[in-house]
Amino acid sequence: MLELLTTRNNPMIDPSLHVWGWEIPVYLFLGGWVAGAMVLSGWLMHRDPGTERPSVTRLLPWVGLVLISLGMVALFLDLEHKLYVWRMYATFQPTSPMSWGGWILIGVYPVLLLAGIAGLPPALADAWAPLGTLARRLRQSDARRALVLANITFGVGLGIYTGILLSSLGARPLWASGVLGPLFLVSGLSTGAAFAHMIARDPDEQSALLRSDNLFLLTELALIALFLIGLATSGVAQAQAASLLLGGPYTAAFWVLVVGLGIVLPLAIQSLMATRRIGHTLVAPMLVMGGGLALRFVVVAAGQASFWP
Amino acid sequence: MARFGMAIDTTKCVGCMDCIVACKTENDVPDGYCRDWIAKRVEGRMPDLRMTITSERCNHCDNPPCVTCCPTGASHVHVYGKIVLVDHGKCIGCKACVASCPYGARFMHPDGYADKCTFCIHRVDKGQLPACVEVCPTRCMTFGDLDDPQSEVSRLVAGRKHFVLKPDAGTGPRIFYLE
Repeated sequence: MLELLTTRNNPMIDPSLHVWGWEIPVYLFLGGWVAGAMVLSGWLMHRDPGTERPSVTRLLPWVGLVLISLGMVALFLDLEHKLYVWRMYATFQPTSPMSWGGWILIGVYPVLLLAGIAGLPPALADAWAPLGTLARRLRQSDARRALVLANITFGVGLGIYTGILLSSLGARPLWASGVLGPLFLVSGLSTGAAFAHMIARDPDEQSALLRSDNLFLLTELALIALFLIGLATSGVAQAQAASLLLGGPYTAAFWVLVVGLGIVLPLAIQSLMATRRIGHTLVAPMLVMGGGLALRFVVVAAGQASFWP
Repeated sequence: MARFGMAIDTTKCVGCMDCIVACKTENDVPDGYCRDWIAKRVEGRMPDLRMTITSERCNHCDNPPCVTCCPTGASHVHVYGKIVLVDHGKCIGCKACVASCPYGARFMHPDGYADKCTFCIHRVDKGQLPACVEVCPTRCMTFGDLDDPQSEVSRLVAGRKHFVLKPDAGTGPRIFYLE
């Protein structure tokens, strides 16, 4: 038996760490969603260049700009020393994933903006001559290839760093897993694909996005399994952390909201949609998006509750 | 270059909390917060119990995760004595360092920046001891240069059985508890 008494009672630290509330999970979710949207935009641009059909590629960059801005507002709200936020951009700290993320976010904006301009309908772009010229240049094959590459590169960077950000904070055994980066990336891809097939108008594109979403959801399930197996079979600290999700206080939220309602149920519905046994429904993609949000909330909260014994 | 650390004799510490009062007074630590604290660990089964009292604070680790995760360089290892410090003017209050510390040694100052023990660098710089060490009535704390094999702290660590807190976290803590 070990009983620990301490005189320390610092706010946000004791009795257990709680430095991050709703802002960080919301940012991680929105960041992941934008990351997924960027990778899918890049893929669709590459897959179907020069199409005149109504593609979601045209809309995703603009949605991404709004979402990433909302995410950055959430990040800003989380800061305790808000007036000093500019310090983030007065330096680059190579060992800090948060510093990498700050600079990745700066790169995401122009890429989204240029991708959005490239997809503007000619009637809209030509309303202002320089914009029309820029849109036409961006649609040329070289610029288009560069946009595809930039979207995919920044999308993967944004999606994976949100996981590495947590896994680099070694004091929290639940986060001490290399799987967290790929897991958050794939979750972002599934969120992005769910949103994209929800708003897609073109049947071929909708079908391709739906099938890719199902693949992402399956991959996410496999990564969650690897994440839990990795933790449970590591040292005492990681095994204790895994027990938070395997019988501990976060078990119900994790298995019901994240795995059940967020992955398994929509995967089942979307499999029926993909084989055309049922028509397209908004329920499944909305469940996928809800699951992505729940994943961030559960991982951030449970991670803070985990500690080195 | 010096590498400051501490040896704290758990056979002398009585948990009187003078170190906490001295720290709060010396460093103007706000009400409701503390940079150092007393922990009492009771181990064993009745009637074979053993209590260890430890005066705890930032371990000024050799491998400080709070420094590597800081996005602005506010958390840094100071050239003087390799003390881990926070530059308040660079801290954005992101709390990554607080989450990264396995000892819970950091807290968010009500003014918005991350705060913690500084080993009283302002006193050490003038040749004085940290306030907690200075006031300890049982003289259980020894502060000094761990890189100087002749220093009292080095001799205590070399000659006495000791432990550090959470060694498995891999941070290389520089506060040694003598048994």
